Amino acid sequence: MAIDSNSLTVLSYFSGLSVAELEVIKQSFFEKTIQRGEMIFLEEEPADILFFLISGIVKLFKTSAQGKEQIISLARPYEVLNDISIFDNGPNPMSAQAMSTVTLYGIKKGRLEVILRQHPQVSSRIIQVLATRTRQLISLVEDLSFKHVIGRVAKILLEHTGDGAGPGQRLTQQEMAAMAGTAREVVARSLKAMEERGLIRLERHRIVISDKNALQEMINQEV
Amino acid sequence: MIQMPEINQDKCNLCGLCIEICRCGAIILVGNIVSFIEIEECHWCTLCEAICPTGALTCSFEIIIEER
Repeated sequence: MAIDSNSLTVLSYFSGLSVAELEVIKQSFFEKTIQRGEMIFLEEEPADILFFLISGIVKLFKTSAQGKEQIISLARPYEVLNDISIFDNGPNPMSAQAMSTVTLYGIKKGRLEVILRQHPQVSSRIIQVLATRTRQLISLVEDLSFKHVIGRVAKILLEHTGDGAGPGQRLTQQEMAAMAGTAREVVARSLKAMEERGLIRLERHRIVISDKNALQEMINQEV
Repeated sequence: MIQMPEINQDKCNLCGLCIEICRCGAIILVGNIVSFIEIEECHWCTLCEAICPTGALTCSFEIIIEER
């Protein structure tokens, strides 16, 4: 399949380039289609190709030594998937798996380096993209290290329980995140941690608090 | 009646990402409207809510205390 220069203009790395410049740059790209469930790259493997997601959804995740999966993010179309390993020459910090049929644009590292030399404004855009991501990660580090989010989520759960007489208030993970002042992913992780400690059970569309006292203790310790 | 995630059609931009990510086929496009079909296979994974770029899709939880 031919590379579509309109798709390249939407990629943050190449915004602001002229049509003529994009026509030249697109010659360096190739297209790849991946089926749902297939792996795109694996954690700790070396990377030689930079991938941009053009259509579909990609799960970026890490796997612990115990085989536990932690989703870092769900990439949407026009996001770059593996710039860290391409630019720091290290292995992939996470794995990527197609969550639907996925179309990728790929470019070999060597070809990208030529583009960066010929079009310095692309380097500026990449610095901006990486700086934005660093800012997001700093915010995440703050959440995980200082804010004791799990205690806040526990408090939200206890404050929003139904009285048993009728249906309780319903909350989405996004709403809990907004209340706790954190990201949705951190709420999901907190709920999972509470479930693993036997404090709650996640049942389809219900969160069942199975140990209210332990949850209260968690709040007292952490808030 | 099976409880299913909800969609705010005013916020939906018809990007289709929820349909792509759904593992159980519960989300379909009917004409120009993203709709849910009631199926037992929906395990409330909340991936559709996570991927929705406009916040149109919500998977809410009822919070209850277990009777002992």
